[in-house]
Amino acid sequence: MEKQILSVMNHKKTKSLVEKTAAMIFRGCAIVSVIAVISITGYMIISGTPAIFKEGITGILFSTTWAPTAAHPHFGIAYIILTSIVGVFLAIVIGVPIGLFTAINLAEIAPEKIRKVLKSAIELLAGIPSVVYGLLGILIVNPMMYKLELLIYKGSKTHQFTGGANLLSAIIVLAIMILPTLINISETALKAVPDDYRKSSLALGASKIQTIFKVVVPSAKSGIMSAIVLGVGRAIGEAMAILLVAGNAVSLPYPFHSVRFLTTAIVSEMGYASGLHRQVLFTIGLVLFIFIMIINLVLTYILKRGDQDE
Amino acid sequence: MKKKVLGFLMVLTLCLGLTGCGSTGSSDSASSAVSGKVSLNGSTSMEKFVNALSEGIKEEYPNLQLEAQFTGSGAGLEALASGTTDIGDSSRALTDEEKANGLEENVVAIDGIAMITNKSNKVTNLTQDQLSKIYTGQITNWKELGGQDEAIVVIGREAGSGTRGAFEELLKIEDQCKYAQELNETGAVLAKVAKTSGAIGYVSLDVLDDTVTAMKLDGVKPSEKTVKDGSYTLQRPFVMATKGKISKQSKQVKAVFDFVKSDAGKKIIKKVGLVTPNK
Repeated sequence: MEKQILSVMNHKKTKSLVEKTAAMIFRGCAIVSVIAVISITGYMIISGTPAIFKEGITGILFSTTWAPTAAHPHFGIAYIILTSIVGVFLAIVIGVPIGLFTAINLAEIAPEKIRKVLKSAIELLAGIPSVVYGLLGILIVNPMMYKLELLIYKGSKTHQFTGGANLLSAIIVLAIMILPTLINISETALKAVPDDYRKSSLALGASKIQTIFKVVVPSAKSGIMSAIVLGVGRAIGEAMAILLVAGNAVSLPYPFHSVRFLTTAIVSEMGYASGLHRQVLFTIGLVLFIFIMIINLVLTYILKRGDQDE
Repeated sequence: MKKKVLGFLMVLTLCLGLTGCGSTGSSDSASSAVSGKVSLNGSTSMEKFVNALSEGIKEEYPNLQLEAQFTGSGAGLEALASGTTDIGDSSRALTDEEKANGLEENVVAIDGIAMITNKSNKVTNLTQDQLSKIYTGQITNWKELGGQDEAIVVIGREAGSGTRGAFEELLKIEDQCKYAQELNETGAVLAKVAKTSGAIGYVSLDVLDDTVTAMKLDGVKPSEKTVKDGSYTLQRPFVMATKGKISKQSKQVKAVFDFVKSDAGKKIIKKVGLVTPNK
């Protein structure tokens, strides 16, 4: 019976030992991720820079010829960088309105029943592995794009037909892939807007839609911005899905051109690359890494500014 | 009680561990007598084959180690001639000059490449010249080749792929190809060609199946038989050259060739998508 009385003084020694070990373990776990980030950064810089010294920054970043296995190899990734920027930007342009309106519907308009169905559908969308998106892209998007391509470029002598694997397909797949990120974070942001705002707006005679666009969305601005930035991050880092649908030939990012993104440039040639070619692939990794860093900095800036506003 | 169970478990695992040690470690004594290192140097295209070989040979000759370098066919044969390597890997036939230097051409496998098109395509035969023109972008429509009016979708492999290297090298169109799609898997090429009408692609011979049409080249259908007798021309030999005849080599080198010619070796050759030569 005595043992069951809870006392702060009981087993003082073992307790403090337990406390200390637990704290140590937690600290150790926290250090793991810090070490990982530092070593990844270090490793990317160490393995990404030698090629820059050999080929020169202009030879890699601003040259457009990608012929890594030629007798006189060229390692220009200008088109590849441009493709990543254009592709991700257009995916965001398509994805943001859809995602934002879905989030508004979820947070403001939809009745509870529909909300539940929608919510689980979006969760499922978020859980689908990216390679599955790619497979569906091959099965559905590519054939549709090929039909469109045949229609548009009918009889064209100069256009190289891609069989539907082009920038447009990649953009469509990317836009769908970033939807869950956009929706979930914007919805949280919209929900965080205090109810008083809505009530005051409605009381002043504004309609529901006016309230949403003039009051709720502007107040959730920084949350929506961070959703967009995270969406960009997801899109720019995606490899598997667009590897399957984008065609992977290095060319200018026109809608019906077969294109190569930064990620797919690494994935598609890592298998057999050697020597300088391999080093350049690491340099592409470094470029991608810098892009992600920039995105993260922008995100921190937005979140900080958001905090100051409130 | 807890301690007893723990102790019992520990004893049990110890016993299991010991018996585990006892049962393994027996191997063929004749082949394990061959020990040492064999150095190989040469073709990057043969990397996959040579790596599979050095993995597989450990099962038969556990003490034999293959040390492979991949510097290119020419450099490998040069290293062989100067005596810095035991075996020179070459993905082309040896030149007369190299043979005059005393290098022996031992063809261990043949790399055959099949041209494939979509099933709906009416064109079933191409000449080498037409093929080069398709891949360099001079012919862009099947009607120029007697087929229906349909754009050609040129599909290939990524830079660095052995199949792409061989294909471009055999047609002498290195670095001139204009691809509409560059895929990094043989299977992906097969799937895309099967799904895209008007598509043409190349794959290694072993993966051919009936989802696509295998093109005849200069009237010859690609098959193991036509590759072996040399009538199908989109092929190249994989040579493991030695300085002097195999019979004059060290027993380690002989063991390598014995293994390549054994059933296990043939299985490896097949597994990496190659054809075993007639001899």
